[in-house]
Amino acid sequence: MFKNYHHYDWISLRQMNKAKALILIYLLCLCIMPSIALSKEAVPVAEDPEVEKRMLALTMDLRCLVCQNESIADSRADFSNDIRREIRQQIKANKNDQEIIQFLVDRYGDFVLYNPPVKPTTVFLWFGPLALFIIGLGALVVYLRRRRVQIKEVTLSEAELKKVESLLNENKGKNV
Amino acid sequence: MMRYLIPLFAFMILAAFLLVGLTLNPRQVPSPLIDKPAPVFQLNHLHEPEKVMASQDNLGKVWMLNVWASWCVACRDEHPLLVQLANSGIVPIYGLNYKDERTTAMQWLKRYGDPYTISIVDQDGKVGIDYGVYGVPETYVIDKKGIIRHKQIGPVTVDALQKTIIPLILELQKQV
Repeated sequence: MFKNYHHYDWISLRQMNKAKALILIYLLCLCIMPSIALSKEAVPVAEDPEVEKRMLALTMDLRCLVCQNESIADSRADFSNDIRREIRQQIKANKNDQEIIQFLVDRYGDFVLYNPPVKPTTVFLWFGPLALFIIGLGALVVYLRRRRVQIKEVTLSEAELKKVESLLNENKGKNV
Repeated sequence: MMRYLIPLFAFMILAAFLLVGLTLNPRQVPSPLIDKPAPVFQLNHLHEPEKVMASQDNLGKVWMLNVWASWCVACRDEHPLLVQLANSGIVPIYGLNYKDERTTAMQWLKRYGDPYTISIVDQDGKVGIDYGVYGVPETYVIDKKGIIRHKQIGPVTVDALQKTIIPLILELQKQV
């Protein structure tokens, strides 16, 4: 039998091992040199803050394919690291945003975009909620109109009013 | 009667959609590269680093490109199958050693068997990005004209080999 491993397992496994190793090193450091303050490992950032800013803006709207509920900007997965590096390089090579997005869509498909383009296959995705809203609104209007017709204004005659009053008064004073 | 049936039908439609949704695997992102020319690469061999293999060298034959790494757990799962497939002589398999270390990779192949006609090294994952790799293992079937015909995401299974991959390869080999 073949175990049904998900192929993205390795990333979590790898990160777990890394995390374990880091904790171990950290504990060792604490034992050996308690007087030295430990600083966190610096996250590598591109030398150019402009490049970094553009890269971040771009990756905010891109989906990490490994950890699908994270954007590439947020994700720490290896996959996202590679894509960020790729985008930095392309920005430095003077590619515009559209070219970079196209580069990724060519390789990973529309799924990489958090904002999918309007296409025959995505029409329902884009306009489905609006269509449902309009259907709901229509149903509500129809319902309200019908109800207005069904409920007739009731007019009471003088005698009936008096009867109502006497009935109401009858109960006054009693413990109802 | 209708006023009770309409919500029931609406619920059934919704339930049907959700039921289908349960059977879908969000990790299986369809590759936009299917039926497109395989990205061109020139990479060094794993065993003989001074040698270079170009993807165009394989024009004229049907071949498989298997993306693997020694740190990849699921690769160990599919590996015996690849060795078997290679021994059968049906199709040459080329191994793309993805973001790995040369010595560990070579040890891994020694230990588990080497099904690859040639192993090539994608140290920084650049070629991986070109091929839309987002997890390992991934396997591509490429035809005589250098067009990608199939992408297996995750480990190759007996089922996938028998039902999809081998019939496809035999079919492609008949083409001129």
